[in-house]
Amino acid sequence: FVAYRGQTELLGPLRKIELYEMGWNLKDGLRECLVAAAPYGGPIALLKGHYRRSPSARPQLEIYSSSGLPLASFPWKSGVVKQLGWTVSDDLLCVQEDGTVLVYDLWGGFKRHFSMGNEVSQSQVLETKIFHSPYGTGVAILTGALRFTLATNIDDIKLRRLPEVPGLQEAPSCWAVLTQDRQSKVLVANGSQLFILDNTACTPVTPPGLSPQASSIVHMCVSFSYKYLALLTDSGHVWMGTSNLKEKLSEVDTKIKTPPKQMAWCRRPKSQQPSAVVMWDGLLIVVGECKETIQYHLDDDSVLVPELDGVRIISGTHHELLQEVPGACEEIFKIASMAPGALLLEAHKEYEKESQKADEYLREIKEQSLLSEAVRQCVEAAGHEHEPETQKTLLRAASFGKCFLSNFPPEQFVSMCRDLRVLNAVRDYTVGIPLTHTQFKQMTVQVLIDRLVYRKLYPLAIEVCRYLKTPEYQGVSRVLKHWACYKVQQKEESDEVIAKAVSVKLADAAGISYSEIATKAYESGRTELAIKLLEFEPRSGEQVPLLLKMKKSPLALSKAIESGDTDLVYTVVMYLKNELNRGDFFMMLRNQPVALSLYKQFCKHQEQDTLKDLFNQDDDHEELGNFYVKASYKDQRLEARVALLQSAVDEYYKAKNDFSAKTTEDEMRLLRFQRKLEEEKDEQLVGFSLQDTMTTLLSVGLHKHAEQLYKDFRVPDKRFWWLKLKALAEKEDWEELEKFGKTKKSPIGYLPFVEVCIKHHNKYEAKKYVSKVTPEQKVKAHLAVGDMEGAAEAAIERRNESEISTVLSRCSATTDHLLMERLNRAKATAVKK
Amino acid sequence: MASHLFCGRVNLNILREAARKDLREFLDKCSGSKAIVWDEYLTGPFGLIAQYSLLKEHEVEKMFTLKGGRIPSAAVKNIVFFVRPRLELMDIIAENVASEDKLHPRDFHILFVPRRSLLCEQRLKEKGVLNSFTNIDEYILDLIPYDGDLLSMESESSFRECYLESDQTSLYHAAKGLMTLQALYGTIPQIFGKGECARHVANMMLRMKREFAGSHTQILPVFDTLLLLDRNVDLLTPLATQLTYEGLIDEIFSITNGYVKLPPEKFAQKKQGEGGKDLPTEPKKLQLNSAEELYAEIRDKNFNAVGAALSKKAKVISAAFEERHNAKTVGEIKQFVSQLPHMQAARSSLANHTSIAELIKDITTSEDFFDSLTVEQEFMTGVDTDKVSTYIEDCVAQKDPLIKILRLVCMQSVCNNGLKQKVLDFYKREILQTYGYKHILTLKNLEKVGLLKPQSTMRNNYPTIRKTLKLWMEDTNEQNPNDISYVYSGYAPLSVRLTQVLARPGWRSIEEVLKMLPGPHFEERQQVPTGLHKKRNKPVILVKSA
Repeated sequence: FVAYRGQTELLGPLRKIELYEMGWNLKDGLRECLVAAAPYGGPIALLKGHYRRSPSARPQLEIYSSSGLPLASFPWKSGVVKQLGWTVSDDLLCVQEDGTVLVYDLWGGFKRHFSMGNEVSQSQVLETKIFHSPYGTGVAILTGALRFTLATNIDDIKLRRLPEVPGLQEAPSCWAVLTQDRQSKVLVANGSQLFILDNTACTPVTPPGLSPQASSIVHMCVSFSYKYLALLTDSGHVWMGTSNLKEKLSEVDTKIKTPPKQMAWCRRPKSQQPSAVVMWDGLLIVVGECKETIQYHLDDDSVLVPELDGVRIISGTHHELLQEVPGACEEIFKIASMAPGALLLEAHKEYEKESQKADEYLREIKEQSLLSEAVRQCVEAAGHEHEPETQKTLLRAASFGKCFLSNFPPEQFVSMCRDLRVLNAVRDYTVGIPLTHTQFKQMTVQVLIDRLVYRKLYPLAIEVCRYLKTPEYQGVSRVLKHWACYKVQQKEESDEVIAKAVSVKLADAAGISYSEIATKAYESGRTELAIKLLEFEPRSGEQVPLLLKMKKSPLALSKAIESGDTDLVYTVVMYLKNELNRGDFFMMLRNQPVALSLYKQFCKHQEQDTLKDLFNQDDDHEELGNFYVKASYKDQRLEARVALLQSAVDEYYKAKNDFSAKTTEDEMRLLRFQRKLEEEKDEQLVGFSLQDTMTTLLSVGLHKHAEQLYKDFRVPDKRFWWLKLKALAEKEDWEELEKFGKTKKSPIGYLPFVEVCIKHHNKYEAKKYVSKVTPEQKVKAHLAVGDMEGAAEAAIERRNESEISTVLSRCSATTDHLLMERLNRAKATAVKK
Repeated sequence: MASHLFCGRVNLNILREAARKDLREFLDKCSGSKAIVWDEYLTGPFGLIAQYSLLKEHEVEKMFTLKGGRIPSAAVKNIVFFVRPRLELMDIIAENVASEDKLHPRDFHILFVPRRSLLCEQRLKEKGVLNSFTNIDEYILDLIPYDGDLLSMESESSFRECYLESDQTSLYHAAKGLMTLQALYGTIPQIFGKGECARHVANMMLRMKREFAGSHTQILPVFDTLLLLDRNVDLLTPLATQLTYEGLIDEIFSITNGYVKLPPEKFAQKKQGEGGKDLPTEPKKLQLNSAEELYAEIRDKNFNAVGAALSKKAKVISAAFEERHNAKTVGEIKQFVSQLPHMQAARSSLANHTSIAELIKDITTSEDFFDSLTVEQEFMTGVDTDKVSTYIEDCVAQKDPLIKILRLVCMQSVCNNGLKQKVLDFYKREILQTYGYKHILTLKNLEKVGLLKPQSTMRNNYPTIRKTLKLWMEDTNEQNPNDISYVYSGYAPLSVRLTQVLARPGWRSIEEVLKMLPGPHFEERQQVPTGLHKKRNKPVILVKSA
């Protein structure tokens, strides 16, 4: 045991490392204090003098780092505190007698409070345990009514009242919270009986092989991982086993029958040996697999803090870590060890002394081909050492050994060097986070950075991120954001200075959420600063909600528009609609065309009347006209329709849109005409287009009325002729058609006459018009009536090649071959030309 | 399933798979059996992403169409609404939820497509049902892989929204979609654009890029260039009658979400000689995409070249079937049999397309179609665009479908850079008198979006644009085309020409013409993470019309 010097003490298979000499100055040590220390080397909270219940002397709540440096101190003004505890994110929980839980940050700042329910506040808190699980930090309470109430995650409180424990007359002798099968359960001892309470049932259980001489279980503790359970009986026996109570690991007699102050597991992950620590006044006993116990004297009142890989012991003056000696360290530092790591360490020592023995040791390792194992041992051992000097010695030895190895992967060595540098920095007295390497690996860099941030150690956090090359997003940017959130709350500096400082520091950091920082600024009452900071936010979507909250609606509106997200624009518009009076609201929209047109769209579907008001406000007569026209189609009653159309006409005139006005007047005229005729002639007309009206009139023989419309509405001749032609043919009124054809020269020519007749299968009538067709259309007309000769005649006369071809294609070779010859000849001459 | 997405230069199946993954994840979030209540509009676009089988795998047992009242009873644990974020739909959902049977309550969920909306959630809150929903989520479906070389937003009203209603929501979705695309296919180094909307989309993209600063995608850029074009830069192309095979199917039967509905008579099975007895009355629904070998071959051909292609294919297929007589050894027969399913599929595909081609031919050979096309081509070549067209006048007199008239009048207006007031008023009066005065609003809307306009004092610059960009090509080769003008038998789409010029020699050569087209033109470069630059021979250009 030569190699251990100074502050490390070996106790059999355990070692005790002095972490700090406490920086605090406590008059009475930890006596009469309620103490809570967070795991993973977290902060320590003390509530001094809380046993003295006099109104004159208020208890004092103090928060320290693990090295005893003060973080906060203030007099406790709230109710009687039953228990203190820390959350996974370094918040302090103070559970009061009435079941209220107050949450403070580690600087003593009040964050919030929550209640553990009516039942708890009525029957008062008897005992409390704060526990950690994969779901967060939980609180378990035993009430005065001897019932348990549990919240598994204080950030998402779902209170669970556990079933009654049968036969429980007074407070149970001891109890603990377990996490099993993704559920938090309570293990309760009532005398010698043991029960497991879960959501639905209370199940009696028996630990296998528990000594029969015990009449009561007086203390129990669950390991850090919830895998193991230790029970202390009134006969002084410690039973150790798995927490599912299926297996017993060992049982040891402490020979002390007084109830202990505290009990904790002291076991590193994957260790084969169970060991628990039991503490009485001035005495600490470590029990393990063998019958022998290790006794250790305590000078002072102390507190045990269970850790993943050991137990920390905090007293009024010192802070120590008690843990099983790590395998690699034991191998190397055991007296006369021949382990490869030990030999390599020796070899390196000799090498430093420039002694040839170095070569002998090296050769010995190499002969057994254990050099790489030796290097690994040294690196691993270095990780478990707290003294930088020892770490260095081991790492140097490893590096020395590495020189004689080819292809040895460097990662382990490199990352250990990095990790140790970070660990040494955070273990420093001024920081006071005494993490072991095992704990560090378990908690991850992310969480460590968070912890540094909670402690406002921003520069160190950034250094760590940069040093460990954490991706900017999760590393430096996150730290900077926290820094900025803290910065904006500093009252003594001006808005300009802070905004500038923040923007300069955060300038090129990726993924910064300025809106989060601005929210913090706003929450601390600095609206102007918040607005300044929001300017830096690249995501407009993020700016808007806060701007609305700060009542900066015009700015919110323009930011929403800038984002291009119309839903966001709508959200602001709807907000404004409720906030402002109508006039102001319209005015604001007027200055933001994008918002205005979206709002109009909204009104079109939801609020027709508002739409009208908007057009009115803008003197948009054109749109008003359109509005009335549309309205006129929704109304069934003719009078109403005409009235609406009249309004439209007025608006169109105001808009100087004569075309629309006149057209709408025409429409009114047509409607009136249709109705009049409907009444007189009992013919369904209203709603027909002008064209359809005329068609209907012609088809029922009301030629005069049709003519009247034709004149009144200045229908172009061409269209009217088409119309009349088709209507008459439809009725097969050939006589009338012939008369009509002769009224004047047809504006559509006479080919339509031919075609319409043919369409109604009247070749005889069709032929009447062929002669009137213009020369250009003659061929077509002849073909239409099936007169091949005539078609040929016309085509040849016009010497038109394509027309001749058309006729040719219609000829049939059997009947028309003479004609075809003529056509072919004519075609030949036509082509020549 | 999605073989059509592999055939292009870019594997668009990545995008489809990403979309399917999101869908599965959401469905699994609502654990247990479920019924989907569909906003009917969404069923088409969703069909391009997932078939019913995928939904079924995730315990979707029933599907309903969203409508008022109570949701039909179904023994399911969850009711999931798939809806667009629209207020009127929220009112229906609220009604559905409120009338749910209180004795057998089911869990409600909403999936907003393509984006959650505060406005809609507010409406649900006002109606007092917001808390009834276990999950409110969004399903980002902006750019949908449509075919191997085509992404579509399947948003048919975005032109109307952007130009008529000044609602640029669809542009926001477009920008978001392009960001998703870049997350999957790498940053697109160059962005070109023309038009106000294009500018807006590019601005949003650049802004969004800044928002995501720090989370660089380490993906080798697949796309070299993004070209954003406003629809109103090229109003002419959609007005012209499409003349490719696929184009004509769309013109005549209209293709929606990749499907076409065809008259059933032509597709009746004529096997057992009982012809005419029970003809199917349901229209025949066919999916059209490049997964079908024959369709991929002929879809983009000018219709005049389709007949030849089909008969060539027919010969190949019957030759393949004849092969069976040559198969002598067991091995050969086995080989033949193994190819049989593929050959049979090819044969039925041929039969389908032959029928479709016949249906189309009936129309394209009609005098009416010919006359209308002649007028279109006259307009496009600038013949008599400043006078009232007798043809249009006759069509109105015959009361041809209004859409045909409007298309022609708008085309004339576009090709003449606006119509003379007298001509315009004449057309308008003709239309109003024939089709009803209610169309005064239709016409106003057309004027508002610029499809129809009175001639301003400015000179008609369409001829300059036509000549510079070679929009009209004489002697186009329809059978073996060497220029894009074959698709309209002479007219080369303006947007295609802009893309061609951009690729070579660059837009600088056509500055003058660009100035004549509406909206700004611009170029933006996006930083690609170092080490991801890549030399490639053929640039891949992504063209996006807003």
